[in-house]
Amino acid sequence: MLDEPLLTVENLEKHFPITRGIIFQKEIGRVRAVDGVSFEVNKGETLGVVGESGCGKSTMARCVMRLLDPTGGKVIFDGQDITNIKGNDLFKVRREMMMVFQDPYASLNPRKRVGAIVGEALEVHKMGTSAEIKRKVQDLLEVVGLNPEHYNRFPFEFSGGQRQRIGVARALAVRPKLIVCDEPVSALDVSVQAQILNLLKRLQREFDLTYVFIAHDLDVVRHISNRVAVMYLGKVVEVGDGTQLYNRPLHPYSGALLSAVPIPNPNVARGRKPIVLEGDVPSPINPPSACRFHPRCPRFQAGVCDVDEPQLTEREAGHEVACHYPLETWPMSDLRLEPGRVAAS
Amino acid sequence: MPLLDVKDLKTYFRTDDGIVHAVDGVSFSVEKGKTLAIVGESGCGKSVTCMTIMGLNAKRNTMTEGQAIFKDRDLLKIDPDELRKIRGNEISMIFQDPMTSLNPVYTIGAQLREAVQLHENVSKQVANSRSVEMLKAVAIPRAETRMDDYPHQFSGGMRQRVMIAMALVNNPDLLIADEPTTALDVTTQAQILKLMNQLQRDFGSAIILVTHDLGVVAETADDVLVMYAAKVVEKGGYEDIFYRPEHPYTWGLLNSLPRLAAEGSDLKPIPGTPPSLLQPPSGCRFHLRCTYAISPCIPEVPELLPVGGESAGDHAVACHLEPEFRRRESHDLLHEVMAEQQT
Repeated sequence: MLDEPLLTVENLEKHFPITRGIIFQKEIGRVRAVDGVSFEVNKGETLGVVGESGCGKSTMARCVMRLLDPTGGKVIFDGQDITNIKGNDLFKVRREMMMVFQDPYASLNPRKRVGAIVGEALEVHKMGTSAEIKRKVQDLLEVVGLNPEHYNRFPFEFSGGQRQRIGVARALAVRPKLIVCDEPVSALDVSVQAQILNLLKRLQREFDLTYVFIAHDLDVVRHISNRVAVMYLGKVVEVGDGTQLYNRPLHPYSGALLSAVPIPNPNVARGRKPIVLEGDVPSPINPPSACRFHPRCPRFQAGVCDVDEPQLTEREAGHEVACHYPLETWPMSDLRLEPGRVAAS
Repeated sequence: MPLLDVKDLKTYFRTDDGIVHAVDGVSFSVEKGKTLAIVGESGCGKSVTCMTIMGLNAKRNTMTEGQAIFKDRDLLKIDPDELRKIRGNEISMIFQDPMTSLNPVYTIGAQLREAVQLHENVSKQVANSRSVEMLKAVAIPRAETRMDDYPHQFSGGMRQRVMIAMALVNNPDLLIADEPTTALDVTTQAQILKLMNQLQRDFGSAIILVTHDLGVVAETADDVLVMYAAKVVEKGGYEDIFYRPEHPYTWGLLNSLPRLAAEGSDLKPIPGTPPSLLQPPSGCRFHLRCTYAISPCIPEVPELLPVGGESAGDHAVACHLEPEFRRRESHDLLHEVMAEQQT
């Protein structure tokens, strides 16, 4: 693995305007879906992104792919700033990054045959004659574990897991450097989910791929990722490698998230005391001031957390957290600050 | 005596393509105050089992056989008016999708009051105060004012809590929860599971929990029923299923979990996909995907037999493999991982 970033995201912002009026559209507010996100993804690595629904994971992915135009910040892909490129330049970059979508039922055109779906990108990028494309597509189907004879079938003839394999084959067709997987296994049953995860891992080795892997299932993300970023309300609150983050989370939100994951081992599950967060994720239209987690945080300190916004800072090598009072021990049954520790920052 | 005793339940649907054997001879019982979890992949008949017990399948194309004895009455045989009195009162159900199972054009209050007044002849005021109390019990802030809100004004987790409030407002003896947390985030899921647990303790209800998430099962279930292709392949107490599973399908489910995989290793998924229930495979329905399949598995349907002979507990498995072999294999496959996690 080279320590060279393939993708660098700096202060990425995506605000959706909320308007009122039909002819004179007046902006009356903004949904701050992604609000200042920075991270790097190295070549050959998998960055996992976790967070609850509505935290901006998918919007962030779509901005990186330039499927949405960011309203601020920079996306640097393979040394090139792609934030504002257009036309032919963008077309060329599109070949290098591909996406696998969440819903295998909605992301394949039901009226096209599998061959056309997988081969479309090859055709668009003029990567061969139609005979060559057909052969390539059949190879691809075989690579992802489908029968090459299924070339002429329609998506409805396949099960959920097989459809997701088609989705993976389509993303792989033009041999991209980066594949963004947006919840690729959430719609699948565990046994099939495991098949797809193994497939993604094998392809990464064979084709030297870099993944950004978005999911809300923390176990899945840990299994496939080298590094994991935790998002909350449009911000990254913690980044670290899998072991650091899962064995020793620093941000109270990561801690709460981890302790909420049901453990498939009854004696362990029943022996622990999960930290159950109260309330719901606030609206990104009017996010809480300073640290966005402060209204739900068990370690909240008035006058600090609601006034001063914590920045992502490195606490250990490669382990960054944005919190004034990071967790001291783990696992813990209670996230509250120890009384003597309040002053320390 | 169990609260609900289901015997040899069969539900077939007539469709244009033929007869779908959605539930094919399922038996189980639920004790008062206990939680029974039904696990399995999508399309294995978990939800249809619940819908059949509740009498919610469309009459037009459904064929039902078997018994579901609830307090000396067979729910599959009693007349619809009688069943309507039980439903929502003595047995209630929480559905998977909180977004679509509330009526969008009525306020939460109206829907909760309806649930009370359908079963009891009480005034609107009494129904109202009972509903508010229940909303408070499920931790909805400002319950009195939220009664006048519509479902779209609630978040997903809150809607699911409203559903739970509605299901529990008549203090049912049995609660059927069909994937109650599948559509929710983990933090919200933890809130809902904690709540269900608490309410079970307070009201002593029995729960049938349908889920595909073995993590949720491990956290909440007393007994577990593992279903595959419309049949029960294994059942037992939660410890039997997690620490001494005997069916290759149960092993496959556990081995597919990323949490139980060793660091850096590949997962061991179950090959293939679940079979169609239009023409289920012969013999053991799992034999096409089973890496242990032996010759009797193809023609002979295995019976669900108690593990360790007649004297043993509730643990039962439907598999042709030698019991000795199963025990050894189960131990080898899972023991290390589970033991490691406990330290």
